[in-house]
Amino acid sequence: MEALLTTAFLTALVTGAVTAGIPLLLAGLGEQMSEKAGVLNVGIEGMMLAGAFAGFFAAYMSGSIALGFLAGAAGGFGVALLMALLCVRLGLNQIVIGIGLTLGFEGITALLHYNLFGRSYPRLPAVETLRIPGLADIPVLGPAFFDRPLIVYIAVALVFVASFVYRRTNLGLYLQAAGDKPAALDVTGIDVVRIRTFAVLTAGTLAGLGGAFLSEVGAGLFVPFMTNGAGFIGIVLAMLARGRPFWVLAGAAIFGACLSLTTALQVAGVNVPTDVIQMIPFAAVMAVLIIFGRNAHLPAALGIPYVRGAR
Amino acid sequence: MDEAQAIHPPHDKAAARPTLEAWRSLALVTVGPILLAFLFCALALLIAGHDPLAYYLYVVERGVFSGQGLQQTLTRMAPLLLHAASLIIAFRAGIWNLGGDGQFLLGAVMAAALGPVLVTVAPDWITLIACMLLAMLVGALWSLVPALLRAYQGVNEIITTLMMTFLGTSFANVLVKLIFLDPATTVPQTRTLPVEDRLAWLPGTTISSGLFIGLAAVIIVHLVMTRTAFGLRLRIVGANPKAALHAGLSVSALTVIVFALSGGLAGLAGAVDIVGVFGNVRADWNPAYALAVVPLVFLARFNGWATIAFVFFYAVLDIGGESAARRIGVPQYFTLVLVATMFILLALAEWLDQQRRARQRS
Repeated sequence: MEALLTTAFLTALVTGAVTAGIPLLLAGLGEQMSEKAGVLNVGIEGMMLAGAFAGFFAAYMSGSIALGFLAGAAGGFGVALLMALLCVRLGLNQIVIGIGLTLGFEGITALLHYNLFGRSYPRLPAVETLRIPGLADIPVLGPAFFDRPLIVYIAVALVFVASFVYRRTNLGLYLQAAGDKPAALDVTGIDVVRIRTFAVLTAGTLAGLGGAFLSEVGAGLFVPFMTNGAGFIGIVLAMLARGRPFWVLAGAAIFGACLSLTTALQVAGVNVPTDVIQMIPFAAVMAVLIIFGRNAHLPAALGIPYVRGAR
Repeated sequence: MDEAQAIHPPHDKAAARPTLEAWRSLALVTVGPILLAFLFCALALLIAGHDPLAYYLYVVERGVFSGQGLQQTLTRMAPLLLHAASLIIAFRAGIWNLGGDGQFLLGAVMAAALGPVLVTVAPDWITLIACMLLAMLVGALWSLVPALLRAYQGVNEIITTLMMTFLGTSFANVLVKLIFLDPATTVPQTRTLPVEDRLAWLPGTTISSGLFIGLAAVIIVHLVMTRTAFGLRLRIVGANPKAALHAGLSVSALTVIVFALSGGLAGLAGAVDIVGVFGNVRADWNPAYALAVVPLVFLARFNGWATIAFVFFYAVLDIGGESAARRIGVPQYFTLVLVATMFILLALAEWLDQQRRARQRS
């Protein structure tokens, strides 16, 4: 075991945790806003995949990672537009449409990849990092946190932005009301449909960014179905966080660390099936729920389409 | 309005009486969108450089009209129907059991662990029944923690069942790789139940009799939910848990029962797929049926008969698509796109139909 605790190993472990955690963080933050506004967004997995493919493809064609992230965000936004139209404007069942979009974009991205690249998986060049002088020299933590691509800092900054919006702005209040008591929001003259549309579109954009992160920074290539449940973990993070962005950050860190530990132990040649380690975060969350479960709370109108004047 | 109501599936109104009008709207609301989805995806096929007509004809021919294809389709229906039965109970009672895949896999692994060993000492029929009962028990047990948390702590079951399904998928792999490993093979998998000891095929065919277990499950669940006092109680709990409490129903106990039944049926689906079709579980095997069945059950509005029709249709596309991937070179992913387009268009058509009716009433 002592061989495991070298600086190199720890650095790889923490760096990997950040890399694995960022997509979960982005998806979780997006889903959180959507759920806050009353829309259970099961399509988040499809949005991530759309972002992963669009991001990869744009970066591959243009050679620009930044353009890739823009395309990824646009991909997620596009799927979210469908979701917003169907579930917010028309009020269709959010679970049916969400699962439909997830299945659909699993298929579409896989088909596109197959049509454009066949059975080859071209790689993207390594993403340039933004080194923060001084901090980056701290052993282990420096390379993991302060010598990363720009998007990592943006993702973490978004936690603060989201927290500020929810606590200090009218928009935060509107989002909360759209999920808890949409009729009350409507009475004050704010369009519930518009607020919810905004939330879903933001969720899609963030999920798309998360997907693009997976393909551009995490893997450096696109593989069909590569999100592998990350969107669902995002849903779980959002529900566990109960509206608090910093809890999403904490959750993403824990899940990221476990995912990273899986790879790191494999590399180190430790003979534990990866499945055992993959179980840890889920088992931990269940344990937490069993111990502290009583305080669970979700927005009252979660999952219910808002129709003006109905009941 | 509290959370349990809020994310509760829309409650079915009175069942539509089969009048001419009903049939006409059925055609408009069901057949129309399906055709439209075919048309829509035909465009995608054209763009990808395939002949859509040839593809569709092949899928239908393979899935329905070729003898072997139809047999595969009907065999594939068994686990899907059992998942559907599992979901109908849960959704009608207002419980979001999204953990079907974990319950399925653990049921499958336990059946695959018990079957090949037990069959060496016991008659086939005892083995098969024992496998199915064990799988049901395991599926039910795997849903116990979400059930208790939901019933007594009010913890949202979407989180807990999703958690348990991730946990279950990994746990199933651990079991296959570490405990129930067949030492005779190089790839990690469980021991194999010999073909002659599996569920019988229907005479003269290769259709697994698991189909009847699936059909029976859906029909029994449908009748219990719509025709019995027990079903009515569950539907009341689903429609309005507070009212159910006022009516003197033990909501907590009923919740646990619903979870056990739902998890048990998902576990049974795993056993039926193993003792009927595959014979063993390989590491990392996860067909993820449950996720695809959720929208089917919704579109059927939790009605058992309609669910059977949707499941048949889905199985045709699934089997036909698998075969087309090998023969025509249209990847299997295309089936996902086609099915997803259908889900969305069907939901849209239902919305349009409701709007039309609302206009007629006013």
